Amino acid sequence: MESSRFIVLPAPLIHEAPEHYACIGREGFHKRAKSFSYEQGAIDPVNVYTPILILGILAFGFAAFSIIIATLTGPKRYNRAKVDAYECGIEPTPQPMGGGRFPVKYYLTAMMFIIFDIELVFLYPWAVAFDQLELFGFLAMALFLFNLAVPFVYEWRRGGLEWD
Amino acid sequence: MSGSQFGLFGNDPWWLVIGKSVAVFGLLVLLTLFTIWWERRVVSRMQNRIGPNRVGPFGLLQSLMDGFKLAFKEEILPKSAHVGVYWIAPVISATAAFVAFAVIPFGPTVSIFGVETPLQLTDFPVSVLYVLAIASIGVYGLVLAGWASGSTYPLLGGLRSTAQVISYEIAMGLSFVGVFLYAGSMSTSEIVIAQEPIWYAVILLPSFLIYVTSMVGETNRAPFDLPEAEGELVGGFHTEYSSLKFALFFLAEYINMVTVSALATTLFLGGYLAPWPLSLWESANTGWWPVLWWLIKVQLFIFLFIWLRATLPRMRYDQFMKFGWKILIPISIVWIFIIAIARLFRDSVSVTNTQLLVGGAIVIAVLLIGSWLFQLRADKRDAAAELELDERRARPFDANAGGYPVPPLPGERFEYTSRRAMAAGTVATTTVAVAAPETTNEEAPDA
Repeated sequence: MESSRFIVLPAPLIHEAPEHYACIGREGFHKRAKSFSYEQGAIDPVNVYTPILILGILAFGFAAFSIIIATLTGPKRYNRAKVDAYECGIEPTPQPMGGGRFPVKYYLTAMMFIIFDIELVFLYPWAVAFDQLELFGFLAMALFLFNLAVPFVYEWRRGGLEWD
Repeated sequence: MSGSQFGLFGNDPWWLVIGKSVAVFGLLVLLTLFTIWWERRVVSRMQNRIGPNRVGPFGLLQSLMDGFKLAFKEEILPKSAHVGVYWIAPVISATAAFVAFAVIPFGPTVSIFGVETPLQLTDFPVSVLYVLAIASIGVYGLVLAGWASGSTYPLLGGLRSTAQVISYEIAMGLSFVGVFLYAGSMSTSEIVIAQEPIWYAVILLPSFLIYVTSMVGETNRAPFDLPEAEGELVGGFHTEYSSLKFALFFLAEYINMVTVSALATTLFLGGYLAPWPLSLWESANTGWWPVLWWLIKVQLFIFLFIWLRATLPRMRYDQFMKFGWKILIPISIVWIFIIAIARLFRDSVSVTNTQLLVGGAIVIAVLLIGSWLFQLRADKRDAAAELELDERRARPFDANAGGYPVPPLPGERFEYTSRRAMAAGTVATTTVAVAAPETTNEEAPDA
């Protein structure tokens, strides 16, 4: 489900990027190539992403440390009622929400999300390269959005977006 | 200018990368502690209270002490919880919240111990997309926490939270498209520099408003804090969490608040660039000063969050989802088209003023006719609904229909039938009452 969120750029692709993007238009390629300095190799993908890794390790370490330290510092007084699921004092439901089943509406929302998310992933590069794509790009995107709007309107009319 | 600055990313020496990471980490923790305190103080003032003022000067150390206190509280592991996932969920939430901040610029290039470096941890050509991606990973924390607790309220809260965050993420993502279109880049540092002539909040006002709305939904904050609606879901996904695991969720929520505020600043309010009267001062955009402007702008958004929380009541869930899917998303898409067309006309298509005016007139006419038709249908539908309601009102309400007495709903009248009358056989059964509404209507008030 989440795979659409990531644009995975393997290292070789980044180095090949100027050729890869060349179809966008000669002007755009030159501008891009200069501003990101692909040619000089100033962007080493490893170095650009390393700080994220370090910050991630710091954050993960902090979170893990907090959780572990809390088990040592906190008191432990067993009480049967305490470890029951909290439902405002009444007997907890043995199987929350009918044994792990939940309303199909959430699946519908998730599916709509995926569709629109893919739309976003298409819209972003289009928006960035808009000035180079000109009228053709605009019409192509208009067609794509129209194709997307049809099922959206259909779902809307069929009550797929109604919540209660 | 942009090229040279972009080139500096990824060229930092090791000690600087580690130093900047620690600085960003510290900044986020400090901002969280400050924001919690600030929120409590401001909300207190808005509610005619004083708020925390005992621990430290002005109560500033209150949130830190609360954190310490939580560390000494008992950790409760619910019997029905899935242990591994229950433990990892807050870690995912907190880690994702911290990591998303990596691409936020909070200053231009400065010199730290003789090394020229941008005041930003890192940047790459798709950094805004990266923020969205990490925000999506953060959702895992919520949904897993809700699921792993093995309890009804957390599960419902987690599901709601997920549905909410993913719904508003689309509106949020669509509001970025205008910015990318104008900046011609998805890298945060380049977007900031592209705003030197004018902030995007000014020229892309609808995008900005959509973003501000959806960022409140995205962070589960009031008035969109339905996953934590205590009236119906107790604490939402973190109901079963206690001690520092709860603190991590809290931390994640506030860091997310800071991150979306910082993103709003970056994309729409010119990031660290000085606002207008200050920008007349030559050195306003050099050295360490921009960090101050950045901080002020971020604090403005955080104040907005607090203000909203103190002012607006919580929305109902169906209204909320309706607002996201049926208003924000269609408006965003239409707005993207408007921007794209405007841009297209400016860039490539050469049109005369007459053509533009005629085209505009046609578009406006189509919109007007469309809205008129829409209104006509809506009116018809309303009339039909009104008619149906009248019909239902005219029918007597049978309170004992299912063999169990129920109180009438608003708009329904309860037809009282005394037991004596029932026993005497005047009104034989309740089904008779429905079959012959006229007679019961007459009798009921007297009986």
